[in-house]
Amino acid sequence: MPGPEPIAEPTRDVLVQVRGLRTVLGRKTIFDGIELDIPRGKVTAVMGPSGCGKTTLLRHLTGQRAADAGSIRIDGAEVTRLSRQALFDLRERIGYLFQNSALLTDYDVFENVAFPLRQHLKLPEEIVRNIVLTKLEAVGLRGAAGLMPAELSGGMMRRVALARAIIRDPMLILYDEPFVGLDPIALNQVLRLIRTLNDTLGVTSVLVAHEFSAVARVADLVYLLAGGKIVAHGPPQQLREDPSPWTRQFFGGEADGPVPFQYPARDYATDLGFAQVAR
Amino acid sequence: MSTPRPWAGIGDALARVGAHGLFLLQILAALPASLRHYRETVRQIWFTGAMSLVIIMTCGLFVGMVLGLQLYYVLSIFGGTAALGTVVSLSLYRELGPVVTALLFAGRAGTSITAEIGLMRATDQLAAMEMMAVDPLAYVAAPRFIAGVVAMPLLACVFNALGIFGAHLVGVSWLGLDNGTFWSNMTSSVDVWKDVVNGVWKSVVFGAVVALIAVFQGYTTAPTSEGVAYATTRTVVFSSIVVLAVDFVMTAFLM
Repeated sequence: MPGPEPIAEPTRDVLVQVRGLRTVLGRKTIFDGIELDIPRGKVTAVMGPSGCGKTTLLRHLTGQRAADAGSIRIDGAEVTRLSRQALFDLRERIGYLFQNSALLTDYDVFENVAFPLRQHLKLPEEIVRNIVLTKLEAVGLRGAAGLMPAELSGGMMRRVALARAIIRDPMLILYDEPFVGLDPIALNQVLRLIRTLNDTLGVTSVLVAHEFSAVARVADLVYLLAGGKIVAHGPPQQLREDPSPWTRQFFGGEADGPVPFQYPARDYATDLGFAQVAR
Repeated sequence: MSTPRPWAGIGDALARVGAHGLFLLQILAALPASLRHYRETVRQIWFTGAMSLVIIMTCGLFVGMVLGLQLYYVLSIFGGTAALGTVVSLSLYRELGPVVTALLFAGRAGTSITAEIGLMRATDQLAAMEMMAVDPLAYVAAPRFIAGVVAMPLLACVFNALGIFGAHLVGVSWLGLDNGTFWSNMTSSVDVWKDVVNGVWKSVVFGAVVALIAVFQGYTTAPTSEGVAYATTRTVVFSSIVVLAVDFVMTAFLM
């Protein structure tokens, strides 16, 4: 018997399914027919060189930015065709950690974390307080509940944003560069938190990051994105040993390889004026 | 052949007017949802209204004092200084109160609304709200729009009151005009509906215009420091032009 059509019928094990995603910004093709499956209850990392479209991919997944073509299904819902209200209903079940934290600067730490609760649920103040303090305790910032965002360091802001992202125990959490600006202690705690959320609550996590050492400690599956395509995917250990030039360059940090280190430019000597001297 | 620039400029201006109109419709559509955020609306009325009181009261006082001084001089030429209270109050109620308050409101509250929303855009706070399934139009844009519509007429009334007080200070306390004459001529010549209420209507419309422009400029700003700076400037420039243009149209219809 033939298996089910993957696009029309996402399997029970796949929470997010992307097919034929194509995005062009100006003259640059960001995605050229990307296909990926995010398994339910697992931690999936999307890695790739700077500017390859990792954040754009997260914005496509949440309907913040429309793609030029392709299909994105989250828990059976076709994101590209959802109405604004349906999109909001879906987002209530998604936590999103922004690259720059995006805390509301007029509110203190407590109110920032409580914001989604206050907006969507009519809970007694005591329960709101307990939930918020529990989440802040998880990220080690219960004592900073009364501080304003301007009084926090970048790493602390990231942890507050993380507490806000998980405040409603979402089914899917999208982390955009969660490890940037964290000291080793906070990094360990955040890694443990991401893993714990998956292991205890069955939350599905997608994280976009550069740090392979951190990703390898927490991710079940890694997609490597480069040149508008998924060039490799698999468990971190498998990718580390993958012999393809993409993985060898990215994980080895080599300047030479399929991903150019230099942004396209004129000939270096011409730019420096040596060509004129020679003439 | 490329399109001549003047026509392109007119096209851009019309497109901008259309974009403001569409944005107004979006805000109006978000008004029911924004009622849930009434505390935010009250906070914005306090921020745009109460926080503007000092500049409005100060300017109202000085505008009234200058009016009193100038008009006393002009009226004294014709021996009509007794009409000072009438002329000052009619000038303030019908024109100067709503218009000058709107221009000050654009400079004080409009710019801060634009800069605040623009920075929220630049720092992804609006995107974060969207991701938390909170509509920024209902939570950010609509409360500030309502605040402008509510605060402007109240501020215009305060401006008028302080203006008349300033004219009284100059005309009666300083230049020796009879106090009874000042007030009795004013009360007998000013019509509540024709003069005072029409002025209030103007200020309501001006409040809506300034708030709409301020919110739109902030909401659609380029997410850079330069983008926020340009948007803030555009708020003052566009608000001033549109307020004066709308004032002419409304005056023509309300006369």
